[in-house]
Amino acid sequence: MHPFKTFTGLVVPLDRDNVDTDQIVPKQFLKLIERKGFGNYLFFNWRFDERGEPRQDFILNQPKYKKASILVSRANFGCGSSREHAVWALLDYGIKAVIAESFADIFYNNAYKNGLLLITLKPHEVDEIIKKATESTLYLTINLEEQKVWEQNGVEYRFEIQKFIKERLLEGLDDIAITLKHESKIIEYETRMKAMRPWAIPTKPAKKAAQSG
Amino acid sequence: MAKTLFEKIWEDHVVYQEEGGPALLYVDRHYIHEVTSPQAFEGLRLAKRRVRRPDLTFATMDHNVPTTSRLLPVSDQLAALQMAALERNCAEFGITLFDLSSPYNGIVHVIGPELGLTLPGLTIVCGDSHTSTHGAFGSIAFGVGTSEVEHVLATQCIWVEKPKIMEVVIEGTLQRGVTAKDLALYIIKKIGTSGGTGYAIEYRGGTVEGLNMDERMTLCNLSIEAGARCGLIAPDEKTINYLKGRKYAPKNSAFEEAAEYWRTLKTDQGAVFDKSVKIDASPIAPQVTWGTTPAMVTDVTGVVPHPDEFEDPIERKAVERALQYMGLEPGTPITEIKIDRVFIGSCTNARLSDLEAAAKIVKGRKVAPGVRAMVVPGSQTVKREAEERGLAKIFKEAGFEWRESGCSMCLGMNQDILAPGERCASTSNRNFEGRQGAGGRTHLVSPIMAAAAAIAGRFVDVREWSFE
Repeated sequence: MHPFKTFTGLVVPLDRDNVDTDQIVPKQFLKLIERKGFGNYLFFNWRFDERGEPRQDFILNQPKYKKASILVSRANFGCGSSREHAVWALLDYGIKAVIAESFADIFYNNAYKNGLLLITLKPHEVDEIIKKATESTLYLTINLEEQKVWEQNGVEYRFEIQKFIKERLLEGLDDIAITLKHESKIIEYETRMKAMRPWAIPTKPAKKAAQSG
Repeated sequence: MAKTLFEKIWEDHVVYQEEGGPALLYVDRHYIHEVTSPQAFEGLRLAKRRVRRPDLTFATMDHNVPTTSRLLPVSDQLAALQMAALERNCAEFGITLFDLSSPYNGIVHVIGPELGLTLPGLTIVCGDSHTSTHGAFGSIAFGVGTSEVEHVLATQCIWVEKPKIMEVVIEGTLQRGVTAKDLALYIIKKIGTSGGTGYAIEYRGGTVEGLNMDERMTLCNLSIEAGARCGLIAPDEKTINYLKGRKYAPKNSAFEEAAEYWRTLKTDQGAVFDKSVKIDASPIAPQVTWGTTPAMVTDVTGVVPHPDEFEDPIERKAVERALQYMGLEPGTPITEIKIDRVFIGSCTNARLSDLEAAAKIVKGRKVAPGVRAMVVPGSQTVKREAEERGLAKIFKEAGFEWRESGCSMCLGMNQDILAPGERCASTSNRNFEGRQGAGGRTHLVSPIMAAAAAIAGRFVDVREWSFE
């Protein structure tokens, strides 16, 4: 995962609550076994009609927003299915940050694990951004280090983010490598657990256990 | 200090925690399936990592499996590739897999409890948001994304911020014909689709104690539709009796020892919750969703709402859009909505008692002309038991299709999908746009409401029907 750097991007407004991950990437595209190429399927049923032609009334298809890299939406963005494909699709399409009133928990975790920054702002701030991005062309600069978003004219929004997540995003760290630094504690826990809760380890060895190698 | 059930299990599983940071939590059970795991295994392979505890990891195929005969090859090439990848990954890393040929195959959230893998006091994760189901046994169970699947495979741990804890206290007797599904939908309407975000929900109270294990699973399953990653219920004698003798459950003295511990797993008197919601179960009517989120739901005796009833302009717009998508006119009585399809299935409502209840409605009746109805059991075990008890025969005689198990039309990854514009009474969990097929219109209901809708060709108040 790449470290998150300060950038300036064009904003596209998706003015609705409860944008679920079924909309972000519909199920017919979950059969792929790689992480690449999901950008083509982003908001597929909203972006394309039955014949696969772009729907002109969908905001991402409007020429003005073609180069957008910041998506702004309302409450409970990313609700529903846990599919991480939704995050891969946003990133692959070119979205680097999503601004919303609130995000669903699983989606939130999936996003930061892939370097997609999610910014929670207050409803009236989101309202303002949606209005500006709809009525004119809005560019925002996002600085994660300072936890600030600003417009070209200087209007500024501050956001909160957990220290732990901020560090991982800024450094682009591999979560597993960090965890494995604590391996001795995991081993210690496993030893303790085996003594405390022996019943928690499944009793019946699998009849047709797969062979390794 | 008095502790909640959640806190007791949580504290028991913290491996490491830095001041103010998330906890590194140990995972007792990791369930995987074909759709959200391939990229995780690929990541392991690229980094030359191993699966730390294959003995705590169990795999099934459920999301995109066909529900037609298992004797036929899988016709969907992409789905077949995904299943083959899972088979290869499980073989390479030594993980037990319940594949299509296994008698224990089925939906991950149905087979975990059925096989006695899901136990009270455990932490359970799976790359699927309905993992909250397993909380019905008094465990901390939640859905994760593919990066987290990879992390758990490699470390058997997961970084989690401790959620806030909400109690939902339910008292009062559910009316005859009103089920755990109706109760859950009613709760979602009350707290909203994001009312549970950031929380784990503990369901408590006399009504919850009165529910059987299948019903408790339905209730916990739908926690995520209120935004809560995790829902749980304290284990009791029903939980213990359910688990006794299950394939992977502890045996003999180990079981007794475990049960003794499980009986201590309850919220202490005086423990403090971050939020409390009280529900009176007695006035709840059968519920039917009319929109495109599970919170867009009303009583079967109600009508499709008018957008003007909603004060918030954003909500009003969402309702307008939902009604347009659903092809519904404001003011239409729910019982005048005609349906084309019926789906009885999914991790929410395809366990044996769900099928038994639905069969009582169907028995001796016929599916309405023009309606296509199907039953997709939650697992091959459920299917076998339903066949042994004569339920399959009842459904088939009434004109239902009787299928092999799988997630099927709940998310429509296989061939079981709605055509554009088709209207479906579904026992599943999500009525999102296009969820059951692009342009498809989903109404979420209980199994008995779905069964009655199949017979009547429209929604009916099942309380008015005669059944045992």
